[in-house]
Amino acid sequence: MIAVVTIVIARQRNLFAVVILFGIYSFLMATVLVALDAVDVAMTEAAVGAGISTILFLSALHLGKGIEMKPLHKPFLPLVVALATGAVLAYGTLGLPAFSDPEAPIHQHVAKRYIEDGARETGVPNIVTAVLASYRGYDTLGEVTVVFTAGIGVIALLRRLRSREKGRKP
Amino acid sequence: MKDYLVLRVIAKLMIAFMVVFALYVQFHGDFGPGGGFQAGVITAAAIVFYAIIFGLPAARKVVPDRLAETMVAAGVLLYAGVGFAGLVLGGNYLDYFVLGADPVDGQHRGIFWIELGVLISVAGVMLKTFYMFAGRDDGGGK
Repeated sequence: MIAVVTIVIARQRNLFAVVILFGIYSFLMATVLVALDAVDVAMTEAAVGAGISTILFLSALHLGKGIEMKPLHKPFLPLVVALATGAVLAYGTLGLPAFSDPEAPIHQHVAKRYIEDGARETGVPNIVTAVLASYRGYDTLGEVTVVFTAGIGVIALLRRLRSREKGRKP
Repeated sequence: MKDYLVLRVIAKLMIAFMVVFALYVQFHGDFGPGGGFQAGVITAAAIVFYAIIFGLPAARKVVPDRLAETMVAAGVLLYAGVGFAGLVLGGNYLDYFVLGADPVDGQHRGIFWIELGVLISVAGVMLKTFYMFAGRDDGGGK
């Protein structure tokens, strides 16, 4: 189903339909993540991908034209590059340990300690929260700083455009 | 869209639940899925919903631009401030063990405050971005 939605997104020229399809894609992705037991990520995907980004896309669409322009050049070279990269990545997955294999190296390193001692050391039953907020507090601080920087970047850009428009109109 | 009675009534009902759900996601993040990022987005979505139904000026009255802008920075400052609180109380940066009477209590407090910082920052950014985009066609709002 995700593949079908992706192909339709690529073929569709009406941007309004594309935005709605993106929302559907996000919900499908969230379902996949729930199936992978990553409930926290699924929730984020549903809220951010399907909720807020759809709204932002729509409001951006409201300002521009609703139809995508015809591509200026042939899509064959990018297609070949994308297919080659995908093939290399798929080949790379052959070297990974089997899915949910408890002996995989990633489960032998720090993850073991998080799972075994996390609830006792932090008193937080949800391991994701314990790792995100406590063990990896620095990383999360970095993430918040990224959100902050992106936010003020957008604000600064749009405000600049706006004041220029205002200056032009008497 | 504020002329539709059904939409208006339903929206008023839904928004209260959305905000409560955001707070649930925020404070129940220790036990179930969720946390500051998700709760921030849901909070922003509630306000955006309000703006869609009742118009942008009404939403701007509830959460003014300046408040949204302040939230963007205040969240990061709160997060970083928790780190410094750990330093002041004699631990390492972002060390929660010193924040409470016993280590587990301190962890709870630390996580609570930084998740709150994340919520404030994320909600501020989302809301401000929406305002910037939505306010552009009517001469840029304020």
